[in-house]
Amino acid sequence: MGCGHVFCKMYGSRLPNKTPSYPLKQQVVLATDQVNARSILMYQQNLDKIAELSSHSAMGVSGPNCDLVNFSEYISKNLKLYELSNDGLKLSTHAQANFCRGELAKALRKGPFQVNVILGGYDAKVPTGGSLYVMDYLGSCTKANYGAQGYASNFCLSIMDRDWKEGQTEEEAVQIVEKCIRELQMRFLINQSNFIIKVIDKEGLRTLKYGADPADN
Amino acid sequence: MFGTDLTIDQDILSIGSSKHDAKSRPIGSGCLHAPPLDLNPTSFPLAPCPDPASFTRSNFASACGNSDSHQQVKFAKGTTTLAFKFDGGIIVSVDSRSTMGAYIASGTVKKVIEINPFLLGTMAGGAADCSFWERNLGMQCRMYELRNKKRISVASASKLLANTMSSYRGYGLSMGTMITGWDETGPQLYYVDDDGTRLHGRYFSVGSGSTYAYGVLDTYYRPDLTVEEAIDLGKRAIYHACHRDAMSGSINNLYHVTKDGWVKIHAIDVNDMHYEFLEEKANAMSS
Repeated sequence: MGCGHVFCKMYGSRLPNKTPSYPLKQQVVLATDQVNARSILMYQQNLDKIAELSSHSAMGVSGPNCDLVNFSEYISKNLKLYELSNDGLKLSTHAQANFCRGELAKALRKGPFQVNVILGGYDAKVPTGGSLYVMDYLGSCTKANYGAQGYASNFCLSIMDRDWKEGQTEEEAVQIVEKCIRELQMRFLINQSNFIIKVIDKEGLRTLKYGADPADN
Repeated sequence: MFGTDLTIDQDILSIGSSKHDAKSRPIGSGCLHAPPLDLNPTSFPLAPCPDPASFTRSNFASACGNSDSHQQVKFAKGTTTLAFKFDGGIIVSVDSRSTMGAYIASGTVKKVIEINPFLLGTMAGGAADCSFWERNLGMQCRMYELRNKKRISVASASKLLANTMSSYRGYGLSMGTMITGWDETGPQLYYVDDDGTRLHGRYFSVGSGSTYAYGVLDTYYRPDLTVEEAIDLGKRAIYHACHRDAMSGSINNLYHVTKDGWVKIHAIDVNDMHYEFLEEKANAMSS
């Protein structure tokens, strides 16, 4: 789903961490491009479009900068407010995704947030650990093992269909993401030189690598 | 209750709530002869039709993209503005031409808006929208100062403007601006436009001539420029944009922002600059 001339893409894949204990705990990898463009001009290529929601969850958001910022701030601050007003009790990733979906649906009939979202998180209490939810601006939400949005989905979904497998390691998952990025840079008309990749595991959210430092401005 | 007994003081203090008050004012409680004036400085009247958003969208389109080719009212636009941060502060450099189609309406437009002694805004897109909303921003920044007894940060000021823009999104405003200034965190530069985009960066250029200005800026920009070099870069980037872009030209106004606030450095006719640079190039080639 394309949003005007904003090219959105992100993908994440769920993967089990190699921990000796059973059941396998999974991790989540999220990646987005770092570009903001308007008409024929690229204004910036060091953005961070993966918003931190809590210590163990984040969402990649794509869409016009205005909606992207407003939506991710609205969701992350509300989740923070929930934590503060409930003695530090965090919502599960599942609950966060449903809250997020609800807000998208609520906004739909009054000037929607034109954003597509991939939300990932890690819950210590859930047997599988990591989970990933794919949402569009209309408010549909599905739990998935991997997903891609925007024009990128045309290139990336097949790669993930081909390569994703149950029980892969973090390195293998990041390799899939990098294959996707390489494919985009090879076949996609629009030049997207920089991508940011983040990983969520039992230690929390961390930035694995980026094309350009978002703090460098 | 509201309306006739509204004093100026009350109005200034109740900016957030007066919109609500104006709406909840009962019919007939205002002036007998003329409808009560809406004194709310943070809003302006919408088109009096059932769907003001689609009315404005189909008659006054935004300056972005090519979406206004069928509009009744075509905006006068065509500008080059740029601003960049460097070790010696911030340089803001703009042209001064205002065009209406093929007609040059003015060659002496002040496209740098002095919001307050520490904040500058630039103007690209619709002149009316830019000057109105940046004055409005100036007012909001002053209110912040009075309420909090300290100067507003550039981040907050630009966010105020971006919030205004996103609340009027789709209503056909036309504005591309850079908000710069010096606050507690040092020199800051933000890009804000009519569709609510707000970006933080080292350098930006906005307007029809921005691609030309970016060409020079991307090639010659370094963070460790001296003040003289930076002024020269700002001047030349505008000159080259004015040379290639028919809708940009006339006078180059250049400002330098430091920790003590902004200073206006120069206002040079780009035509004079052209011959100066031409001679410089000729001398360089002969030697």
